Amino acid sequence: MKIISMQDYNRLSDLCARALDNQQIKVLVSADTAGFAVGALEVYHKLHELIREQGLLADLDLHQQKTGIGLKKGGCFGCFEGGPLVNILPHDYLYQEVKEEDCAEIVQTTLIEGKPIERLLFKRDGVIYKSQDEIPYYKKQLKLVLGNCGKIDAESIEEYIAQGGYRGLAKCVYEMTPEQVCQTISDSKLRGRGGGGFPAGRKWESVRRQNADKKYVICNGDEGDPGAFMDRCIMEGDPHAVIEGMVIGGYASGANYGYIYVRAEYPLAVARLQKAINQAREYGFLGENILSTGFNFDLKISKGAGAFVCGEGSALQESIQGKRGVPRVRPPRTVERGLWEKPTLLNNVETFANVPYIILKGPEWFVSIGSPNNSGTKAFALAGNVRDSGLIEVPMGTTFGEVVFEIGGGVPDGRRFKAVQIGGPSGGCLTEAHLDLPIDFDSLDEVGAMMGSGGMVVIDDRSCMVEVARFFMSFTQKESCGKCVPCREGTKRMLEIMERIVDGKGSEDDLAILEDLSGTVRLGSLCGLGKSAANPILSTLRYFKDEYISHVREKKCPAGVCKKLSTYVIMAETCKGCAKCKKICPAQAIEGVVKNPFAIIQEKCVKCGVCLETCPFNAIREA
Amino acid sequence: MKSMQINGKTVQFDQEKNMLEVIRNAGIELPTFCYYSELSIYGACRLCLVEDRKGNIIASCSEPPKDGAEILTHTLRLQKQRRNTMELLLANHDRDCTTCGKSGACKLQELTKALGVDSVRFGKHDIRLPLDTSSASLVRNPNKCILCGDCVRVCEEIQGIGVIGFAYRGSKARVTPPFDKNLSDVACISCGLCVSHCPTAALEVRSETDHVWRALYDDTKTVVAQVAPALRVSFGEAFGLKPGTISTGKIVGALKALGFKMVFDTSFCSDLTVVEESAELNKRIADNESLPLFTSCCPAWVKFAELKYPKYLKNLSTCRSPQQMLGSLVKERFKQAGEKQVYMVSVMPCTAKKEEAKNPKFAANGVADVDSVITAIELASMIKSAGIIFEELEELPFDMPFGFATGAGTIFGVTGGVTEAVLRGLKPGKSVYKEVRGLQGLKEYSTEAGGRVIKAAIVSGIQNAKNLIAKIESGQATYDIVEVMACPGGCVNGAGLSASPHSAKTRLRSEGLYKEDAQMQFVRSPENPVIEKLYADLLGSPGSHKAHDLLHTHYSSRKRIHAMELGFEEKPPEKAEEIKVCVGTCCYTKGSYDLFQEFFKEIAERNLGERVSLQATFCLERCQESPNIKVGDKILGGVNRTDVAGILSGLTPKE
Repeated sequence: MKIISMQDYNRLSDLCARALDNQQIKVLVSADTAGFAVGALEVYHKLHELIREQGLLADLDLHQQKTGIGLKKGGCFGCFEGGPLVNILPHDYLYQEVKEEDCAEIVQTTLIEGKPIERLLFKRDGVIYKSQDEIPYYKKQLKLVLGNCGKIDAESIEEYIAQGGYRGLAKCVYEMTPEQVCQTISDSKLRGRGGGGFPAGRKWESVRRQNADKKYVICNGDEGDPGAFMDRCIMEGDPHAVIEGMVIGGYASGANYGYIYVRAEYPLAVARLQKAINQAREYGFLGENILSTGFNFDLKISKGAGAFVCGEGSALQESIQGKRGVPRVRPPRTVERGLWEKPTLLNNVETFANVPYIILKGPEWFVSIGSPNNSGTKAFALAGNVRDSGLIEVPMGTTFGEVVFEIGGGVPDGRRFKAVQIGGPSGGCLTEAHLDLPIDFDSLDEVGAMMGSGGMVVIDDRSCMVEVARFFMSFTQKESCGKCVPCREGTKRMLEIMERIVDGKGSEDDLAILEDLSGTVRLGSLCGLGKSAANPILSTLRYFKDEYISHVREKKCPAGVCKKLSTYVIMAETCKGCAKCKKICPAQAIEGVVKNPFAIIQEKCVKCGVCLETCPFNAIREA
Repeated sequence: MKSMQINGKTVQFDQEKNMLEVIRNAGIELPTFCYYSELSIYGACRLCLVEDRKGNIIASCSEPPKDGAEILTHTLRLQKQRRNTMELLLANHDRDCTTCGKSGACKLQELTKALGVDSVRFGKHDIRLPLDTSSASLVRNPNKCILCGDCVRVCEEIQGIGVIGFAYRGSKARVTPPFDKNLSDVACISCGLCVSHCPTAALEVRSETDHVWRALYDDTKTVVAQVAPALRVSFGEAFGLKPGTISTGKIVGALKALGFKMVFDTSFCSDLTVVEESAELNKRIADNESLPLFTSCCPAWVKFAELKYPKYLKNLSTCRSPQQMLGSLVKERFKQAGEKQVYMVSVMPCTAKKEEAKNPKFAANGVADVDSVITAIELASMIKSAGIIFEELEELPFDMPFGFATGAGTIFGVTGGVTEAVLRGLKPGKSVYKEVRGLQGLKEYSTEAGGRVIKAAIVSGIQNAKNLIAKIESGQATYDIVEVMACPGGCVNGAGLSASPHSAKTRLRSEGLYKEDAQMQFVRSPENPVIEKLYADLLGSPGSHKAHDLLHTHYSSRKRIHAMELGFEEKPPEKAEEIKVCVGTCCYTKGSYDLFQEFFKEIAERNLGERVSLQATFCLERCQESPNIKVGDKILGGVNRTDVAGILSGLTPKE
């Protein structure tokens, strides 16, 4: 079963492609974590049962020529609303909100008769989209690393091979020297997708140059930014691409062992990766004597216990070594002395997933995508106040405007776009003025934001930017490891001040202290988490200072979000004096005589809003 | 020679490990809380920051010095950064400085002043955690902790023990023994290195001055003192004298002024130790038994051996430590003289001595041989609070009969001293052994004595002892005598001497001891005329029955997990098959309790109660294979509930 030569690989690849061709119709169910949550597995099983009953089911089999329908567990489709999703190829129908009851009809109408079911198709503004590729959300995207996600069976190595999988590895070990591989990655100008944007080729070359008896490759899958799930989707939807990238990394850097560090909250990713590792070993893409070249490389999954800071390179290594997950001082750098004190190549999931494509299609091809010095694409988790949210992938240099309005479909409910938060708790908030800003490492850096791992939250005028900053600060504060003083103590105090401000107890002096502290935490912290902890505050202070001023000076929240700053008033002309509000008020803050207008005693009011919800006459207003 | 520019001045450097050392060598003091050259780099206090030419801020402790680098150490930006960092630390600190035991010697206080932090703009220290007063030697006050981690690293790296570590995260992070246990419940050896490395009062020596004051003002008691050898070269530091300056006479004068009736010299019993221990060594060599002989003067080491190396306890010298020898001798002497209410206070450089003195085996009829142990720092505070002006004190001699020591007894206070003293006793002639002197952690020496080569090893710092024992165990090294001191450098670096560790001080103090030794009339312990008389009058000969009674002791394993079985039958059946299920933490979390219940049930169902003795036990020390059980002599790992039937299958009920 093990591949021993390029010819052997070609034979296998042909077999896989032919087997895939034998499946004249391919049915993909969005079998990722999000899909499972809304019943994708049930839909899968139902479809399986029905297609088998019809005698049409054709599992992928390299040695039998059976034709029929292939049913697959695909990874994330990208679009997060309307799951479970079913994509039927070659028609490219995308069915939304598929239920078990719909399956019989799908089998009969679509799979047997070849016709779409209109009620299940994606609709937008009166248009029914018959093909997934035509949906505006997908149309504007360029899917490279997410190319296989949702398009192939995430649990089948043969399907991955049919798409050219492991050909990059074969090319490396049969035709290239480690130096050439490193050079190729350097030429591609691939930059680390974990957030820092460090040139991957330079890192690979540094590890390669180290003299050591052992070296390691680590894939950082400890994706922790709130609302970010790019890496999860890649690991769930195309685990082999990550593994192939790592094996190539091992070959290029001279490492024989690798770890994939995945947070334990990603059980499906762990399961799919483990399955993929086993499959790859069977074919000889992993393990001893890879592809019969004498090169050894094996992998182990290391599960993280959920600390955000373990996504930081050195803390991650400590965690793998069984120690407390805290960052250590550098130098020595990871490439010199990393895991178990050995030279270590550490990249994140998306970075490794890019590698097989670069090797296969060449660095020139990769450089042709994206903007100068920022080649390739970037996956983002688009969320917040946009009509279509989900996992997207765009060429570097795409503008915020294009992402928000063309892919995301703009802000819903006729609200006004206010900001986009990028980079998670380490990132910053950008405004309308930045809608034409190209999204790449350098442009973001210039405006005080950062790429981060790829969280992108669109914010409309219903959100309070002070509250947004407070939220991120509370996240960072909770996730601080507690090692260095500026981060441990500084975030605690910044959060205190932010809480004071949203509670209406802040002063203008607080703003000055915030700025002062932000500087201290940024300059003084030991690791990236601390250094960037103040970014949400600094960027909102920079672009939305007026909102802060309203909070501290007028004690008003312009967006009406900060509850403690709102005032509830009873409109005397509408109030019928029914006393319902008085009865329900938990603070006994409402007084009045039945059948006469009631009034709220502002000093006692705790701004819970229960009276407003209770009033049958809509006589209570929030100001 | 490489060089760099510090604040515009060219500074040369060579072997310095990091920029911080270069800067300090250039005479510029950068503040730090978490940097000690002998410990690993931690990089958490963020005070040693410097700015490079490009304006990058770098922590100088972790940055290797680079030839041609240009750095600035005190720019406005850096000053503000340090002040803000200090302010943040202070905000979360229990700031009752005026009544704090560390006031005046506190590094946090010192840097607050030095960096000019004059206000704290943030909220207050809000959570009050309970104090850990469980240890006989140390007090842990988490409210004072600034999480610099010095104690954690010194315990782990220098002592190789690691009884304290970080727990919880972020602003809730804390330094604590594992599972929030008390210090007395973990393998703490009370060496006090954590105390001397602690910049604040988060770890302090447990004070006994109140007891001493009460005894001094109790008319029914005769209060006497003994003073350890390391005190004479260090005590004066509290009153402005240079480390290494001999102040024995002043110490005795001060103790007398405080009301002590008699003051004895612990070094006298160091001499006695040499005589007894040499006899022991000679016998062991003759019998070729229990070698190497490990010294037993350091109570922290003795406790460590009891905790960690039960199988080497037979190798430990049975000699009590000099403190305890003197305690029992004094009590015995006064008893013979008909005076019963003697209160013995020992003044020590050491925190472990406090715990040692409270060991019930060093008591006669419930009365401890040594009633109170105070450190040099505690004695200095007593002198100050009594209004005694140290400088003006009359120098007084020690009281007889336990006030006369040889040079050999004096050098017990420094690493290598015990070995040198023993060698002097064994080998007439040579009295200076340069080879065993010096503060390095491991020294080896061999010499011929009595027609045989004697091989000695001297270690200080428990990690060094562990390394040495590993070498002995693997057969890479053999010795006849191994001297172990828990504090690096020996007692002159004891945690009871000064509020912060200082290798330069340690060196001066040890030089002081050797200088004193060189001036002595007698340098060999057996030549001590008082000792000769003591044997004649009281003890008989070295190793005699009386000597054993008063001067020797025994050891027992303190391995917490040793032999702690819980039987459930009232009387274990005879000749039963023993099954022990480990219910230690690791096995318990892997379901050993369920396993135990399964056994219990199955044994009952199969009517095997007469055949099987089921016990719960703590730790079979194979945690990685947990849950473990022991059937007879065999340890089985990874046992499941489903395995129970199989394990019991070979047994039939008793007829």
